[in-house]
Amino acid sequence: MKTKESDTKTYLGMPLYRPKVGFFEFSSCEGCQLQIVNNESTLLDFLSLVEVVSFREAMTEKSDDYEIAFIEGSITRDDEVKRLKRIRKNAKILVALGSCACFGGVNQLKNRFKNLNWVKKEVYGRHPVDTEPVRAVEDVVKVDLKIYGCPVKKEEVEKSVLHIALGKSIEIPKYPVCMECKANENICLFDLGELCLGPVTRAGCNSWCPNSRAGCWGCRGPADDANVEYMKKIMKEKGFSEEAILERLECFGGFADFLKRKK
Amino acid sequence: MIFRTFKKDELKKLVEILAAHNRIVGPVEAGRDKHGSPIYAFNEVSDFNSIRLNYTTTKLPAKRYFLPFQEDLSSFRTEGGGWQKIIDYNADKPLIFFGLHPCDINALNKLDKVLMHSVYPMPYYAAKRKNMFIIGVECIPQTFCFCRSMGADTALHGFDMFITDLGNKYFVEILTDTAYNFLKSIRTEEPEEKDHVLYMKAVAERNKKFTTRVDTTDLAKILDMEFQSDVWKHWGEICLSCGTCSNVCPTCYCYGVEETVDLDLKGARKTKTLHSCNLIDFAEVAGGHNFRPERHSRLKYRYYHKHRGFVEAFEESLCVGCGRCGESCLAGINVPEVIASVRGGKIKK
Repeated sequence: MKTKESDTKTYLGMPLYRPKVGFFEFSSCEGCQLQIVNNESTLLDFLSLVEVVSFREAMTEKSDDYEIAFIEGSITRDDEVKRLKRIRKNAKILVALGSCACFGGVNQLKNRFKNLNWVKKEVYGRHPVDTEPVRAVEDVVKVDLKIYGCPVKKEEVEKSVLHIALGKSIEIPKYPVCMECKANENICLFDLGELCLGPVTRAGCNSWCPNSRAGCWGCRGPADDANVEYMKKIMKEKGFSEEAILERLECFGGFADFLKRKK
Repeated sequence: MIFRTFKKDELKKLVEILAAHNRIVGPVEAGRDKHGSPIYAFNEVSDFNSIRLNYTTTKLPAKRYFLPFQEDLSSFRTEGGGWQKIIDYNADKPLIFFGLHPCDINALNKLDKVLMHSVYPMPYYAAKRKNMFIIGVECIPQTFCFCRSMGADTALHGFDMFITDLGNKYFVEILTDTAYNFLKSIRTEEPEEKDHVLYMKAVAERNKKFTTRVDTTDLAKILDMEFQSDVWKHWGEICLSCGTCSNVCPTCYCYGVEETVDLDLKGARKTKTLHSCNLIDFAEVAGGHNFRPERHSRLKYRYYHKHRGFVEAFEESLCVGCGRCGESCLAGINVPEVIASVRGGKIKK
């Protein structure tokens, strides 16, 4: 995806670093990659900042000559481990893209079952596949940057890439979704009698789900200093069952550390 | 101050006259909670019938109209060999606030002290504030309101006109010539002695409904003494550090500024975003040091700003006692209980 501007891209007269990037999917729905090509109005500007050399979702060409590797998906098979390690060797910067790559995502729900063979049989029946307990990307190789979300927010990916090109630090919100939700003047889901993980989940999504009156499921994982223990107590006091609370906290894998600590 | 009365059906006419050439913001029903009770919000209204003048309180103040959560302070675009700077105070049209309660009017008066009458006024706020026409309305005190303790239960200034319900008519206080001229377009009457009696009766009735009190005697001093109190740790343990208290507060004005480059690299902008002292990164500085990494210290400083620092600077509290923070806090942290615990040195179970 070379553009004519590629060699002349400047910012305030200074030539700009235009990294070669590759997008790679592992066990995932590829929805995060679709998000990247989703926003047509900024797509050309975004693509002119980077030189995409490998992106199966969007182009035919392939190359191993990249500096930044965006990894989507969790690691669930032996061949994935090998492939991921090879990508890590090729890349200077490895980015975990989305909840699956960051925490294992929805896929890690299978880890709850003690007997993986039973899970395999239940899901694949007479067509067994080779599968292992789900791991986040950072449990296999070193991760330099995490971009959270299920799916990722396009604006956040764009900003991160822009900051890499400009040599600026990448700041991701440390506070919870509540902050953005109140700014959007949404009615609190708890006032409506619904469950929401907004008070403990990392912001940056612009309260995507609560904006549509759907409670947060914690796809971006815990905010820094999230008070998960007390939030669990609040949810219980508001009449939500232990199962309903666990279902939310376990869904994307981001809160795994808080769940282990207790039992 | 000039006083008038007018018949209730004249109000609709007044709103229609105002709405013909202006944008009106008023209390509307935004939805219903799980118990079926209405949830109120300030919104732009065009139809008189959608205004809920007898609203209890809104979940959020009308802050987005004078202190928006996010606002571009400046931006620039490069063009050819040069560049253009754009500064917009985002206040091109006047805005009529119909139905602000005394607490919310007092909140504006307090914000004025910091954002308009200080050494460095904030033009983005001032431009919006100067473009406001405020019609205040008497409230019905709720169980969580403690504005009377904060001296914010009545407003003496900061509005153009203020309406009190006298049963079959409205009593109106007029503070500005704009308000006086608008009122010329409806039928008003000179109040008689019996109207004064009715007004005082209505005020007395309302005053009976205040149930929550906060003892503010020597509070700034007591806060100074109890800086190390263990009660702060208790509140810190249950605080979610979510920033909701600041977002629903009509007087919280703290913010951060971020500079970003446009994706096409042809422009950049400086954006102001409201922040909360309860958020983990509020006191984080360049280099990564965090002056307030603990929840209880962040929560404490919010109280110190409202009830101590501001009092020392302006001889009044920055809190108007609207009670919104306590109502919205999922952990149930509220001003009356926090102040009582600091004064008593222990948590009431």
